[in-house]
Amino acid sequence: MSDYLVEFNHISKFFGSVIALKDVTMKIKKGEIMCLLGDNGAGKSTLIKTLSGVHKPDEGEIIVEGEKIIFESPRDALDMGIATVYQDLALVSLMSVTRNFFMGREPMKGWGPFKTFDIEGANKIAAEKMGQIGIDIRDPSQAVGTMSGGERQCLAISRAIHFGAKVLILDEPTSALGVHQASVVLKYIVKAASEGLGVILITHNVHHAYPVGNSFTVLNRGKSLGTYSKKDLSREKLLSMMAGGEELDKLEVELKEIDRIRQSN
Amino acid sequence: MSIKTESIKNKSKDERLRKVSKLKVLLNRPELGALGGSILVFIFFGIIAGDTGMFSAYGTINFLEVSANLGIIAIAAALLMIGGEFDLSVGSMIGFAGICIAIPAIYWGWPLWMSILFAFSMAVLVGYANGILVVRTGLPSFIVTLAMLFILRGATLALTRLITGRTQVPGLSVLIEDDPIAWIFSGEAFKGFFNWLGSMELIALRQDGSPLATGLPASILWWIGMTIVATYILMKTRYGNWIFASGGDKLGARNVGVPVPRVKISLFIGTAVAATIYACVQVLDAGSADTMRGFLKELEAIVAAVVGGCLLTGGYGSAIGAAFGALIFGTVSMGIYYTQVDTDWFRVFLGVMMLIAVIFNNYIRRRVTENK
Repeated sequence: MSDYLVEFNHISKFFGSVIALKDVTMKIKKGEIMCLLGDNGAGKSTLIKTLSGVHKPDEGEIIVEGEKIIFESPRDALDMGIATVYQDLALVSLMSVTRNFFMGREPMKGWGPFKTFDIEGANKIAAEKMGQIGIDIRDPSQAVGTMSGGERQCLAISRAIHFGAKVLILDEPTSALGVHQASVVLKYIVKAASEGLGVILITHNVHHAYPVGNSFTVLNRGKSLGTYSKKDLSREKLLSMMAGGEELDKLEVELKEIDRIRQSN
Repeated sequence: MSIKTESIKNKSKDERLRKVSKLKVLLNRPELGALGGSILVFIFFGIIAGDTGMFSAYGTINFLEVSANLGIIAIAAALLMIGGEFDLSVGSMIGFAGICIAIPAIYWGWPLWMSILFAFSMAVLVGYANGILVVRTGLPSFIVTLAMLFILRGATLALTRLITGRTQVPGLSVLIEDDPIAWIFSGEAFKGFFNWLGSMELIALRQDGSPLATGLPASILWWIGMTIVATYILMKTRYGNWIFASGGDKLGARNVGVPVPRVKISLFIGTAVAATIYACVQVLDAGSADTMRGFLKELEAIVAAVVGGCLLTGGYGSAIGAAFGALIFGTVSMGIYYTQVDTDWFRVFLGVMMLIAVIFNNYIRRRVTENK
């Protein structure tokens, strides 16, 4: 039995002549929040899709609880307990909270050909699960379109956990949220990890990642700049790594130059 | 039960929540528009055509039969529309299925039941072709099924002329009587009941004393049956949830493990099969197949589904609504005959009704998604 819930070893992914990912390695332990940071175009999306079974890696291996696995489809990853919550959340705003919560995995009752979708039971579970995170959905048959962004994010995460996720991959869960909503979601993520889940938190917001993360992997142009644990990494260091350090420095120099020109005029 | 509601009530005491009335909940149902529309149409014709015999047993069965024929395809079209796609080839499929029944039965000497099964297997094939093309190419189903509309209608005409030298295939009536399955699509039910009504002089009689309306046509039973089955599927089964999900957000649905391609393909098969049921009813009733049968029916089916509350963008709608949409359609198209209004106005009415329905549906959708 390996220490890690899941290991992604030396993953590479090519699209034609484009090297989208090269030799990326990540390991996630139980109860750990690993933040995956990177600027736009760093390969975050490709990495998530590879981790969640949408793309097959061209090189490297995925090891789930000590066993080498090949994901043929997102379903395979899901069956192994690796659940991804995408930015679009995979919620249908016209459908009810309950119907969304159980979308694709509807609880059934009855027997044989007369099995029906147990909507009453499902309503109860959905209301209860949302209640546990402190979100009071007055009526689980109301459309998801009526919920706030943070509530939707929590619904999507809580759904993944309810269906047996051991590893949660969260794609930019706080990017579209205000300060308060973001903190609600982050709190929920920490709570989930403290209950033994492994979390991969993908974000470009260092201020959201740094307080909750245990370790940090930075992607830059398809390559990993390495994984650091929190104690080896200051917030400033992370910030500069993420933005490609020099580039920000360069920007600062340029800004000073502009200032100087202005003043001399 | 009372304890349960109590606890929910207590829990939901949030000062930021308004109480939502039962009426508002009802207003958010997709079939409401069509239900209200049906009532309005009945009141309207009740007033201006109430004494013309439109609402006698015979007249009622007449307009119900027209509604039922359309309803059979509208319900399947509604399911497909909820699943996020269109099928414009339904009308052509009706003509095609008709000759698939008639030609083998008349020219090749097949037993009628075998021809009927043949027509249904062709429907499954056509539906599958539509579905797989849409799913694989990612092209809008509008275009794919528009192509199928021409292909099927053309093939129907060309093949029929090639084999029979004409565009109509008559002579099926004699085959119906001894056939083991033809009764499913033809004939009338509850004849005894109608006879009894006649004998009690509750409904109009012919001169020989038999009732004018002799029974409930098979198509009406199909219409009601399909509405029940489709509603059950949508509301009570896993597959129903997948239909909503596939139409509402196909990527999201796929990401949580809904087999979107399979759902869509099966819905396309559903519309083609419904078109074949329609064809069976018509062909066996008339005793002949006509290559032009079903012309423009695809659009009427879409009108009925939209009037019934289906969103053109998918993910929302109801089978009951589509059934009522068809009822409005049938009632008005027959009702206009009973009034002195020029029947040319029927299409104007249809267009206006569709516009109103779309505007109304759009408003409902905003209500549902924005919590107003």
